[in-house]
Amino acid sequence: MTPKQLAQLQAIVGAENCLATEADRLIHAYDATQRRHPPDIVVYPNSTEEVSQVMRLAHTWRLPVTPRGAGSGFSGGALPVAGGVELVLTRMNRILEIDRENFIAVAEPGVVTADFQRAVESLGLFYPPDPASQEFCTLGGNIAENAGGPRCLKYGVTRDYVLGLTVVSAQGEIFHTGGRTLKNVAGYDLTHLIVGSEGTLGIVTAITLKLLPKPASKKTMLAQFSSINGAARAVTAIISGKIIPTTLEFMDAATISCIRERSPIPLPDKCQAALIIEVDGDPAQVETQMVAIATLIAPCDLLRGQIAANVQDTERIWQVRRAVSPSLKQLGPDKFNEDIVVPRAQLPQMIEALEEIAARLQVRIVNFGHAGDGNIHVNIMVDLRQERMEEKARQAVGEVFQAAVGLRGSISGEHGIGTVKAGYLGLEIDPVAMAMMRRVKAAFDPDNLLNPGKIFPPP
Amino acid sequence: MKNPSLADYHEAMRQCVKCGACQAKCPTYRLTRREGAVARGKIALASALADGEIAMENALLRDLDFCLLCGGCATACPNAVPTPEIVAAVRREISAQRGFSPLTRGIARLTASPKLLKMAARMAAAGETLAPGIVAKRIPEESGLRLRLPKAMAGRLLPQIPRRNLFDRLPEKIAGQPGKPTIGFFAGCGLTYLFPHVGEMAVHLLNRLGYSVLFPKNQGCCGIPATSCGDGAAVERLAARNVNAFAGADIIVTACASCYSGIGAYRAMGAADFSGKTVEFCDFIVRERLQDILFAEKKDGADGNSPAPWRRVTWHDPCHLKRHGLTAAPRKILANLPGIDFIEMAGASLCCGLGGSFSLKHYDASKAIGAAKIPGLQASEAELVITSCPGCLVQLQDTISRAGLNIRVAHVVEVLADATAGKYSLKSGQV
Repeated sequence: MTPKQLAQLQAIVGAENCLATEADRLIHAYDATQRRHPPDIVVYPNSTEEVSQVMRLAHTWRLPVTPRGAGSGFSGGALPVAGGVELVLTRMNRILEIDRENFIAVAEPGVVTADFQRAVESLGLFYPPDPASQEFCTLGGNIAENAGGPRCLKYGVTRDYVLGLTVVSAQGEIFHTGGRTLKNVAGYDLTHLIVGSEGTLGIVTAITLKLLPKPASKKTMLAQFSSINGAARAVTAIISGKIIPTTLEFMDAATISCIRERSPIPLPDKCQAALIIEVDGDPAQVETQMVAIATLIAPCDLLRGQIAANVQDTERIWQVRRAVSPSLKQLGPDKFNEDIVVPRAQLPQMIEALEEIAARLQVRIVNFGHAGDGNIHVNIMVDLRQERMEEKARQAVGEVFQAAVGLRGSISGEHGIGTVKAGYLGLEIDPVAMAMMRRVKAAFDPDNLLNPGKIFPPP
Repeated sequence: MKNPSLADYHEAMRQCVKCGACQAKCPTYRLTRREGAVARGKIALASALADGEIAMENALLRDLDFCLLCGGCATACPNAVPTPEIVAAVRREISAQRGFSPLTRGIARLTASPKLLKMAARMAAAGETLAPGIVAKRIPEESGLRLRLPKAMAGRLLPQIPRRNLFDRLPEKIAGQPGKPTIGFFAGCGLTYLFPHVGEMAVHLLNRLGYSVLFPKNQGCCGIPATSCGDGAAVERLAARNVNAFAGADIIVTACASCYSGIGAYRAMGAADFSGKTVEFCDFIVRERLQDILFAEKKDGADGNSPAPWRRVTWHDPCHLKRHGLTAAPRKILANLPGIDFIEMAGASLCCGLGGSFSLKHYDASKAIGAAKIPGLQASEAELVITSCPGCLVQLQDTISRAGLNIRVAHVVEVLADATAGKYSLKSGQV
């Protein structure tokens, strides 16, 4: 970065939004993967037009550009691995429109997901995708990684709510995809190609989202089981009973033993697995569904099913779930956090495979996550200060991915591939499809300047 | 008494897993949306500094200065990384190596010397120069704004500083019932000089409940302003002075949220005994079930028969109580007061934006952060907002006046004292 280049970027976004000191580069080098790749310069644009001008210059200079939201991703999507420009979109955080007649909203990428949810909910509307980081992650990041969350079992993932996008290309052109309608078959569906593309095809600067009416009520149950197999059977029983709950969150025995001390609800030693089951909709329907669920899961080694009677009970049940992440550290200071997904019915087989890997490689593996859609958060907890532990953990990760793909699942349900899983993509994507993806990337970004080093396996 | 060093936080800094959860609860981040404003960025800088990876360059100084020390981050952090303490430790390193700015030196010196503080308060009460660069000027009483600090913060509203401070108003010892423990009352600068009537009420309430009250005249500032300014030596001197001053107390009660946090920090400096005896006023009332006694002795207390001048009241969580999990006790007190309706407002736990010296250095940011309280306040339709931190009182009044709202502010002690006396009069509501 020459002083002249710096001055040109400053002229676009203002000097205070163009940061290049050692300290500035240091604090924009990481994301939730904790890896460090400092950019050469950090730019905080404030409009589509500014993004376009910055991209034009970067393209002229052949400088890599990595878009960034909250930097809370677990796959390294926001890491500027090739240096260059870190394009931070957090200042673009305006909700531009909430259309109550058409049930759509238009927002900038830097809007925090939970802020957006609160804004639409205050009008009786509903935006379901609810990644665990919703209080701080951004809509732009959700679009880039096609984020999910517990409610996606019933409501689908981020992709299912994106109707249209305003995008800035690698060359700095502004273009629009999709529109404001649910139905739209005009041309290729670029909208849904860009959703989940991890910032490798373009910079999203405005997002048109579909909204739903806010469900009138919900009901929550904590179900404790004496066996993991019982919990898995319960999941199948509920779905086979033709009920799709809003969420079906699962915790295995290792998870439960981690939180036993701090859980607001007693989890006896006999409890070897637990499900948090939530249904939503009309009050009457919610009641009926919960009663039906209680009957369906009763024969599945159920120890106890507690249905929340009020908001405080519901909150206590979710506190059990929230106690998980902070309590994992007791098993090891370093965490390999993967988010594999398998077809729902293969969940018991996947859990068996995970237990086998943990026992054979002598590593602690804690599993919890979204049982209803087969998306399991596999946490390999180790102490990397121990000799050869890194190697062992990596072997475990590789075997976990292989097992998931073997069961016709995927190596990532909602975190994305980024840098951390790029080496494993070939496990799942066949060579022809991979080549096709590379050609798509080249069509959008022939110079490979947009978020280079992501998704595709390193050569 | 020794402050922890930055190196002492090595393991704590390692606990930051860069997840970004602090963004949700950081007022400076919510305002600027910049990584340098949020705890994660500051921890990255602090550990790079500790590891010698980075020098004290301007961008680092800017980011470590731009922090309210509110601790919102720590409450959101899955690993409870104590960012305010870490930022304070870095500030001590910075001032040790680079010295102080005139403003921070002034604040640290003023608060570190009880003598100087007393003198300054007297002068300010008389409308004279408060400190170099800060002029306290009287303006007409009917305007509602009584003091201005034109140079540092044009337009900042401050309550008039009363001529008689708390030391002038209270004896050093007030005897209670025999056999009851002696409570040491830690007043702090706010309740001593800005709101002495609140301090008086708190002491009288405790005494009425039978406790002997010790009000050491040689107590000083809790040390929070000096901590914020990075003056470690001043904090250590104040801590030693206060620990010594309260040696005769069985229990130490403070009615100032910030002081509760400030003197609580003595624990990490080696005064576990002192900190172990410290209780926050509302927590003490609730824990000892004193509210029942207060109202039992005054059955004809404020009720429907002697209506309050306002009905709907709400609570603002001072950061320095929230950080320590003290959110239930004041609500419990307010919910049980006769003659008023306690309403929970949206954003009750949002920082008021003062942050002590933060608002002197970054008044615009301080105002903007404070303004985030307005929608919740308005939606609550409260007529009175109650809190327990003198700093929050000053800032909330400033914010509310700026928004042109007709909402009064009060310290929980005065509302409680008024309620037990059967008449809501509220002196500081007229700030």
